[in-house]
Amino acid sequence: MSRTPLDTVEHAAATPDVELPWAELGLKKDEYERVVEILGRRPTGAELAMYSVMWSEHCSYKSSKVHLRQFGEKAPQSDALLVGIGENAGVVDVGQGYAVTFKVESHNHPSYVEPYQGAATGVGGIVRDIIAMGARPVAVVDPLRFGAADHPDTKRVLPGVVAGIGGYGNCLGLPNIGGEVVFDACYQGNPLVNAGAIGVMRHEDIHLAKASGAGNQVILYGARTGGDGIGGASILASETFDDAKPSKRPAVQVGDPFQEKLLIECTLEAFREKLVVGIQDLGAAGLSCATSELASNGSGGMTVTLDDVPLRDSTLSPEEILMSESQERMCAVVEPAKVARFLEICEKWDVIATVIGEVTDGDRLEIFWHGEKIVDVDPRTVAHDGPVYERPYARPSWQDELQADDANKLPRPATAEELKDQVLKLVGSPNQASKKWITSQYDHFVQGNTVLAQPEDSGMIRIDEETGLGVAIATDGNGRYAKLDPYAGAQLALSEAYRNVATTGAKPLAVSDCLNFGSPEDPAVMWQFAEAIRGLADACQQLGTPVTGGNVSLYNQTGEAAIHPTPVVAVLGVIDDVARRTPVAFQEEGQLLYLLGDTREEFGGSAWSQVVHDHLGGLPPKVDLERERLLAEILISASRDGMIDSAHDLSDGGLVQAVVESALLGGKGARLVVPDGLDAFTFLFSESAGRAVVAVPRSEEVRFNDMCGARGLPVARIGVVDGDSVEIQGEFELSLAELREAHEGTIEALLA
Amino acid sequence: MTARIGVVTFPGSLDDRDTQRAIRLAGAEPVALWHKDKDLHQVDAVVLPGGFSYGDYLRAGAISRFSPVMETVIEQAKAGLPVLGICNGFQVLTEAHLLPGGMLGNDHLHFICRDQKLRVENTSSAWTTDYSAGQEIHIPLKNMDGRYVADEYTLDKLEAEGRVAFRYVDFNPNGSLRDIAGITNEAGNVVGLMPHPEHAVEPLIGSGRTDGLPFFTSILKKLVGA
Repeated sequence: MSRTPLDTVEHAAATPDVELPWAELGLKKDEYERVVEILGRRPTGAELAMYSVMWSEHCSYKSSKVHLRQFGEKAPQSDALLVGIGENAGVVDVGQGYAVTFKVESHNHPSYVEPYQGAATGVGGIVRDIIAMGARPVAVVDPLRFGAADHPDTKRVLPGVVAGIGGYGNCLGLPNIGGEVVFDACYQGNPLVNAGAIGVMRHEDIHLAKASGAGNQVILYGARTGGDGIGGASILASETFDDAKPSKRPAVQVGDPFQEKLLIECTLEAFREKLVVGIQDLGAAGLSCATSELASNGSGGMTVTLDDVPLRDSTLSPEEILMSESQERMCAVVEPAKVARFLEICEKWDVIATVIGEVTDGDRLEIFWHGEKIVDVDPRTVAHDGPVYERPYARPSWQDELQADDANKLPRPATAEELKDQVLKLVGSPNQASKKWITSQYDHFVQGNTVLAQPEDSGMIRIDEETGLGVAIATDGNGRYAKLDPYAGAQLALSEAYRNVATTGAKPLAVSDCLNFGSPEDPAVMWQFAEAIRGLADACQQLGTPVTGGNVSLYNQTGEAAIHPTPVVAVLGVIDDVARRTPVAFQEEGQLLYLLGDTREEFGGSAWSQVVHDHLGGLPPKVDLERERLLAEILISASRDGMIDSAHDLSDGGLVQAVVESALLGGKGARLVVPDGLDAFTFLFSESAGRAVVAVPRSEEVRFNDMCGARGLPVARIGVVDGDSVEIQGEFELSLAELREAHEGTIEALLA
Repeated sequence: MTARIGVVTFPGSLDDRDTQRAIRLAGAEPVALWHKDKDLHQVDAVVLPGGFSYGDYLRAGAISRFSPVMETVIEQAKAGLPVLGICNGFQVLTEAHLLPGGMLGNDHLHFICRDQKLRVENTSSAWTTDYSAGQEIHIPLKNMDGRYVADEYTLDKLEAEGRVAFRYVDFNPNGSLRDIAGITNEAGNVVGLMPHPEHAVEPLIGSGRTDGLPFFTSILKKLVGA
């Protein structure tokens, strides 16, 4: 894009034949033609820059939109939902006048190219989404997927990602309370770095991204605009990786958490004084996105003087300024009378703030540079009227064969000794091993409200010191299950996150998701995507937990090889009094262990099949949402009424994994008896859904059994908390020391 | 009449509100102090909280040490005002030369967050009288630059004068010389440590212990003579 002569609106109208680099900016031919049709002339360079980023897959959801609609169409009636899909983040009523906003987003592609900055700016972006709703951020979570744990490149990517998340989040003062770390060769060239955040506010403080009221001033504040991250959304996040293309490193942004911390405090102070009409953070597509979205969600008109944007590099062209994804910037709409006070607050926090424009009573977004008009568009056409694709999709030809390759037929351990060896191997495998080496690099104490943090089933934060009101969040997503059956896999992700919230004693309220898939241009991937959304929307409807927002990340593939379909689901729950929370760790010797739910021979996609046989085939565990709901109700009641002292959900790795974790965390062993009707192998390794193991004080045994019996939940007494080993009677015994060595040494040995 | 304890907020301070809560839970009155304001508003003691003031740019604590508020804190600390520096606050105190030595990056080069076991070795400072000598406590630790260093002469002097207030037990999390987690000045009114007592004041929250509360009850007793 050349700077001379300046490509003004007038100039564009007079020079219809000038060729613009639309293809280099990621637009397809028909998309470019549509821009010309909308404008009735060729776009200026600046207009093209805006359309190209805003119409990118990352910003416009053009391939996913037609499927995502189901989240709205099938949304269950929920009194809890205050703000739904479409805003920066959804908002949920958690009672006592509090509202909670939460969201999960991806920063996958940048994190592969530049692990530290990619992951760091992922945290920064999601936190700004939370602030933009008017909330104080109170916690972050990070669901992560990496290639094989022993692959040399994982040792490049993982430590950088973890240091980036820690480096940014720790410096912002946000406790990191949850998330997951999963290894699988399918993520080798496409690690998934999803970042979630939670914010809390009073109902009356909810803010939306809209610019209304002619004469109101548009203020850009935060960091100066530089040349970093240009094309991050359009070039980086919306294409597959390909060795032949040049390095995309310059498209990754660079984060400054200190600046973001100031931005948080300064924004919250402006909110407290009610100085803000509308607000938007600058993330993907930078100013192009902020101005067009603010304008189109408000009355429609806005003028912007681009010369007033504070720059880090004075040689930037107007197109580059519009496309820059420099971090730690926000845009606020403020009434003229309140501008002085707003600027004063920014100055107090040493945050640069500049009036760059004004809301008008027209319906055009007009942007000026050196006094000349370089953008004149209907902002809705930029922000909302992007292309929509009905991409072809088809069930892949290999799906039947994959499902026919039944994991239940794999050779099982023949002797007690073999069973014992496989247990040890499982709990020490990278996916099942303790992630302490990773999570100890995150601050989980800051803000002084953390009730539970990883490796608990869900993270829990107190939000009211007087009443003890709290919220819990869990994120889950098993790509192996989803590969076997994307519809069921998405439902199992929801089931697990829902269950994880309930095991800690919180009531699941709402859902956010981050849908990570391969290229939408591959019909097989598109089928996985469509099936996963259909599954998730159906399940959310049945469980009564609406999807409040989320994020789609496509093109997670290298060449022809796509990642496993990986819908990561976050469930937010509420607990009236955090003092009633239930931890994972065994608390007291002598307490009775109960297995809740039904255990079937279900090994498809299981951790056992992966660790012992390096196998992926068959069908994932059966989904039973009514059972999940019943189990959750029982777990919540039991927590509230003090009937259980610890609880752990059963998921990947099965019962043995859960019991070993509870034992190691509590420093207390367990003696288990295989219940009637089950063999030891199935008892230990099955991954049937809708199950949990709980420790019941002896004084509560009758009451607990009566409650489960009355409500029809199958329970089996399977043993007792006791000693310093995990013993399966008649089979084997493993000392806690042996288990600890296997479980806690793996990650550090591979990655430190 | 209770004691008024100031908590300074620098740009990038993170544990300022947590520290105010701890002060409140101990029964004293927290007073928010702003880094640009030299006035200490008649507080009876000051806490410099944890965080990443000025993003730890240049060197942890190196910029904050020149804040307007620090001019007064330094002057009054020398005159006996009780001052506690936690984590980043400890770093600021060493940069301000109110405490000897300094902090380097952790020897393993990672941020570390853990519930840390400590031994209390000085129970005569303004902030530690509510502990018993040799008491072992658990206090959360979280830092990137927590490796305490000083020259041999200074270390020997600290030891000889009983000014090593806290020592890491069982595990040295950052490579600090002689396992030093916290120290006091000669007069005993200024204390700095890397672990975070304000994160160990409620049974349900954080580490689930209240081993940090005596910091705040110690100072309260000293100030109001309770």
